[in-house]
Amino acid sequence: MAQPIAPSIGLRFENIDKRYGGLYALRRLNLEVAAGECVALAGRNGSGKTTLLRIAARLARPTHGRISYTGSSMDSETGQPDAAHAKIGFVAHATMAYDELTAEENLKLFAGLQRVENAAQRVAQLLEQVGLRERKDSQVRTFSRGMRQRVAIARALLHEPSVLLFDEPSTGLDPEGVSWLAQTLRRMRDAGCTILMSVHGESEVAALATRAVRLEAGKIAADTRAGAKVSAILRFADA
Amino acid sequence: MGLVSDTSILLGKELRTEFRSRELLTTTIVFILVVVVLFSFTFDPTTTESRRFGPGLLWLAFLFAASLMLQPCFLREQVNDTLSALRLALEDPFPVFLAKLAANTIFLLLTEILLLPVFAILYNVPILRVFPQLVLVLFLGSLGLGVTGTALSAISSQARMRELMLPLLLLPLLTPLLIASTEATAALFDAANPVLRWDWLAFLIAFDVVFLTALWLFGEYLLEE
Amino acid sequence: MKKDAMFGFIVVALIGVSAYASFFVAPDEKTMHAVQRIFYLHAPCGMTALVAFLIAFVGNVAYLVKRESKWDWLGIASVEVGLAFCTVVLLTGPIWAHPAWGVWWAWDARLTSTLVLWLLYVVYLLLRTMIEDPDRRALVSAFYGVFSFLDVPLVYGSIWWWRTQHPQPVVFTSGGLNPVMRKVFYLSWASLTLLMALLIRKRYELEALRSEVRGLEREAEAQ
Repeated sequence: MAQPIAPSIGLRFENIDKRYGGLYALRRLNLEVAAGECVALAGRNGSGKTTLLRIAARLARPTHGRISYTGSSMDSETGQPDAAHAKIGFVAHATMAYDELTAEENLKLFAGLQRVENAAQRVAQLLEQVGLRERKDSQVRTFSRGMRQRVAIARALLHEPSVLLFDEPSTGLDPEGVSWLAQTLRRMRDAGCTILMSVHGESEVAALATRAVRLEAGKIAADTRAGAKVSAILRFADA
Repeated sequence: MGLVSDTSILLGKELRTEFRSRELLTTTIVFILVVVVLFSFTFDPTTTESRRFGPGLLWLAFLFAASLMLQPCFLREQVNDTLSALRLALEDPFPVFLAKLAANTIFLLLTEILLLPVFAILYNVPILRVFPQLVLVLFLGSLGLGVTGTALSAISSQARMRELMLPLLLLPLLTPLLIASTEATAALFDAANPVLRWDWLAFLIAFDVVFLTALWLFGEYLLEE
Repeated sequence: MKKDAMFGFIVVALIGVSAYASFFVAPDEKTMHAVQRIFYLHAPCGMTALVAFLIAFVGNVAYLVKRESKWDWLGIASVEVGLAFCTVVLLTGPIWAHPAWGVWWAWDARLTSTLVLWLLYVVYLLLRTMIEDPDRRALVSAFYGVFSFLDVPLVYGSIWWWRTQHPQPVVFTSGGLNPVMRKVFYLSWASLTLLMALLIRKRYELEALRSEVRGLEREAEAQ
């Protein structure tokens, strides 16, 4: 992953409302993430972090407001959402891979759907990178939590995303896994990838952030851009 | 073309997943067999009676089997949230539906063709000479089951009591299909003069087209969050 | 408020007039005599139910496209009203059939189709009770509503075609209406259609209110 990510893409959340089960998970939320920023999203459970990430990934549709992608080669007005869509990587708590297929088959499936060039090569490369080359022919059902997370990350990186969205990525990983994850994220960040990740308190992963934002009850409560400190936001969130 | 390519990739996944476990196929075949045998106790299975009631019973058995077999269709995608992975990878989610309905149609057709000889023996119905025509009727009927079943299982997977909801959603809706398929099958089972009823086949095609179009237009909304 | 009451009054008056006409103005029918008069209720209710379901279909499509709650309210209101009219058809059927033919139920094309229609939309209501999230419920039931309505012509078509292949005596005839009968029929139809409109409107308003109350309850709970 030595080459820089092109194009570098930012995110703009405009007046986002999201209603679930009759209640608002997000309320009039405005947030601008600059291209290349690495943002840590802090907040209690239920504060709206997952919802925000799923909207950014275009998995959830905002009840009101809109999400747009900004970048050097794409104006937010004329930018084709599809092009940006192709360049988003999303990792959540769920494996997002088929238990009955092998690690390799899963990656080949998603590489095919996303029209990844030199798919076979890219899949092999990623399997090597996430340390699953030995187990590429095993069905995902046999994998431990840590290995499943690696498959999930490999899947997210297949198409060389410009935007990475991580929902509590270190959950279920052992310390070695967390280090490896931090390493991977650092590489992506340094290559110009825009990262938005939800975290719980301070950690090796959270330390990579260049900016932190705290959500409370669906609204932004603190933002380092507005002068707060990264560590303060992250520590507070744990309370 | 993107649609064809995505659909075939996903269809490959559906088939591979099913053939690795084969749970769906085996249980569906056995279920239909049980229903067919049980039906024989509800009337006097002489040859004339069998010819009269046979087609209807057969299609009822297929309908019940389908409403059970289609349960896991979208539930499977909830286990590891693979549905989100698919939605992320695809600009247009229609191939997800197409692949599933193709797979479901294939599975249904397979079980039906396997059971046809058994049915013919148990109920003394001559099927050899009209076998190709029967397969055509089975195909069009199964396609209708596949289209509606796939759409409605996407609905039931989001509701409570989903195991009961899917048959409830499916069975009244399938009334026209049941009538058309039964009539077409009965015409082929006729000992004296078996005939292919093009009017009913045209009707089945219309049924399939209507719901496939509706699925194409509105299906993606079912997958939204 | 005044206009509303006016409209309600007109509808009730019209229903009263058409009921009177059905019993006392329309001439006696030669074969079935008094029993035949139920036709002035039975047939228009069937047609009104279909119109109500058509309105529901419009609401469902509009919701799928626009996602505004008001279309969901229109959908549920129209389905409930349509189902009520459908039920009247199914109840008046036996009332007509038994004295005339000695059977409680006749599997004739129209009645059978109405029964299937009734089942389709009862399931619509059931489905709604099985989904808690109001937005999800609106979306999913709108989709099912679209599918149901598209099925309606297919149901009527297949049952009618099937019946022509395996004919049965037609129990509920509307053929051979003399001019007076025809006028009473149209009067009945018009008054029932207006009743449908009134009921849908009221049910829509009720749903809008309920939605508002539920929203407020949830906000209060969340505090």
